Amino acid sequence: MSEQALAPVSSGNSPKFSGGPATSGASKTRSSKWIANQRKLAPWLFLAPGVVMFLVYVIAPIGQSLWISLYEWDGIGVKTFIGIANYIELIDDEAFYTALYNNVLWLVLYMLAVPAGLLIAIFLNQTVTGIRIYKSLFFFPFVISQIVVGLIFSWFYAPNFGLFTKLLEFVGIEGIAILADERFVTYGIIVAGLWPQIAYCMILYLTGLNNVSPDQIEAARLDGAKGWKMLWYIIIPQLRPATFIAVVVTIIGALRSFDLVSIMTSGGPYGSSRVLSYYMYEQALSEYGFRMGYGASIAVVLFAIMMVFITLFIVRMLKDEREGY
Amino acid sequence: MFPTPVANASAPTRVAYKVALPISLVVWLLPLIGVMVTSIRPGSDLAMGNYFGVPSSFELGNYLTVFQNTPMGLFIMNSFKVTIPTVIGAIALSCLTGYALATYKFKTNLWLFFMFVAGNFVPFQILMVPVRDLTLKMGLYDTVTGLVLFHVAFQTGFCTLFMRNFIKALPSELIEAARVEGVSELRIFWFVVLPLMRPAIAALSVLIFTFIWNDFFWATVLVQGTHAMPVTGGIISLNGQWVAQWHLVSAGSVVAAMPPVIMFFLMQKHFIAGLTLGATKG
Repeated sequence: MSEQALAPVSSGNSPKFSGGPATSGASKTRSSKWIANQRKLAPWLFLAPGVVMFLVYVIAPIGQSLWISLYEWDGIGVKTFIGIANYIELIDDEAFYTALYNNVLWLVLYMLAVPAGLLIAIFLNQTVTGIRIYKSLFFFPFVISQIVVGLIFSWFYAPNFGLFTKLLEFVGIEGIAILADERFVTYGIIVAGLWPQIAYCMILYLTGLNNVSPDQIEAARLDGAKGWKMLWYIIIPQLRPATFIAVVVTIIGALRSFDLVSIMTSGGPYGSSRVLSYYMYEQALSEYGFRMGYGASIAVVLFAIMMVFITLFIVRMLKDEREGY
Repeated sequence: MFPTPVANASAPTRVAYKVALPISLVVWLLPLIGVMVTSIRPGSDLAMGNYFGVPSSFELGNYLTVFQNTPMGLFIMNSFKVTIPTVIGAIALSCLTGYALATYKFKTNLWLFFMFVAGNFVPFQILMVPVRDLTLKMGLYDTVTGLVLFHVAFQTGFCTLFMRNFIKALPSELIEAARVEGVSELRIFWFVVLPLMRPAIAALSVLIFTFIWNDFFWATVLVQGTHAMPVTGGIISLNGQWVAQWHLVSAGSVVAAMPPVIMFFLMQKHFIAGLTLGATKG
């Protein structure tokens, strides 16, 4: 459900034809008309089930949400058209701004996962014995559900006995309950989110580093490049595809943050750790009432933010497709 | 290779690296290790303030308690009931769509492809109200089937992206040759292309399994009661019951995390191949 790998191009390991099944035996009994039209019809038959499902469950609901956001609706009764009143209400909604601000904070701080992932990947890109197990274990946090990550970090931050609290006490800071403190709560949750996200970026970069051209590195070494210079001028440019994917999945992950907020704080204390996705859920489905229309308008704002990034991404994919990679 | 292999470095550097590795790993996994130790700690340890020391006894009873006193077994079953059909459904649909988009030229091809890609990135909240409404109207609210149908549809977006790019990278002469022979399109798909897609199917299966197993949002939106609740939603309700019983919360968390973890370690190669698709070229 979370961020997903994506790319305009396939990885290099295209399999070779393994001499498998016989390709003869075309049915000669079929009418020639069918054969002539087959090539035109076939793609639509192949596409139909997937496209229909996707239209019904993904594309149509986007339109429906836009439409619902213009109504006052409790989810069961009659819908009352109220125009853009929901959006006007948003403008004066303090809680909305808190959520929006937190989303920006998520976006900015989540980006740390990209350089952090690169650093760990560089650290682990060695060939000593047992390194594969280290790589797997470093990647571990990404495999676990965010719900479990949230529980782990709740325990980590727990006042009085949490490991993190103990560490703070060890360096002389006492009496801070991260998740109950309006000043720190969002940062605390973001750190929990960074943990699996860094692991994800790390694995992308490990794969990228694996494919950096050894010739170029050698050539650069002969020219006297090393350390940071080598990294900056030779390695990072070659890691561009990995960086691109890492940035995209990190942006999506930041804007999708819901699970962690939900399990760690339920948006509290006093709504200070809400993000748009959580605030929307609260308005539409939780004990705060079933305000589907208002919830939908929050979702539309979140969607609009995401659309900016989706568009950028599609434009870049289109460019790659045109160039025929 | 970058950075310079440690093997070529001086002896002190080599030793330092070998020492740094395990230390950094422990720091990195510290929260996880803490939870795992807590999950085998007797409750009395926590009451006496022994949070970090060696557990006074090795207590597998916590796990027993989790299964005996809570519907954890049911939650796990539900998760399997949601996850496995979703994996099969999404992969079946995307083999078809991916094949169509990769091998046929028609006007709307690229736009359909972008529809799948873009749809894959939308925030769940924009889908929430209509999808919940649709599921209610179909009488599938609070059922495993309702959850599966949505997951299949949504994951088809990502899977199509993956499959299409994978098939595109196959040598096109294969399909051309079969066409010249007059083989029907369906048979080309079934006998020529599908056998070559095995690595892609394997990679996607592990990935989708993990994504769906770990889904929490849709579980809370489309399911209410215990009877259809997957483990992610279930553990939240248990967390509410077990206030401050961290040994039980920990054991429950470990149980909930286990299946994707096992999947990952068994199918690591495929998992990483799927996740890093495209991280090397482009």
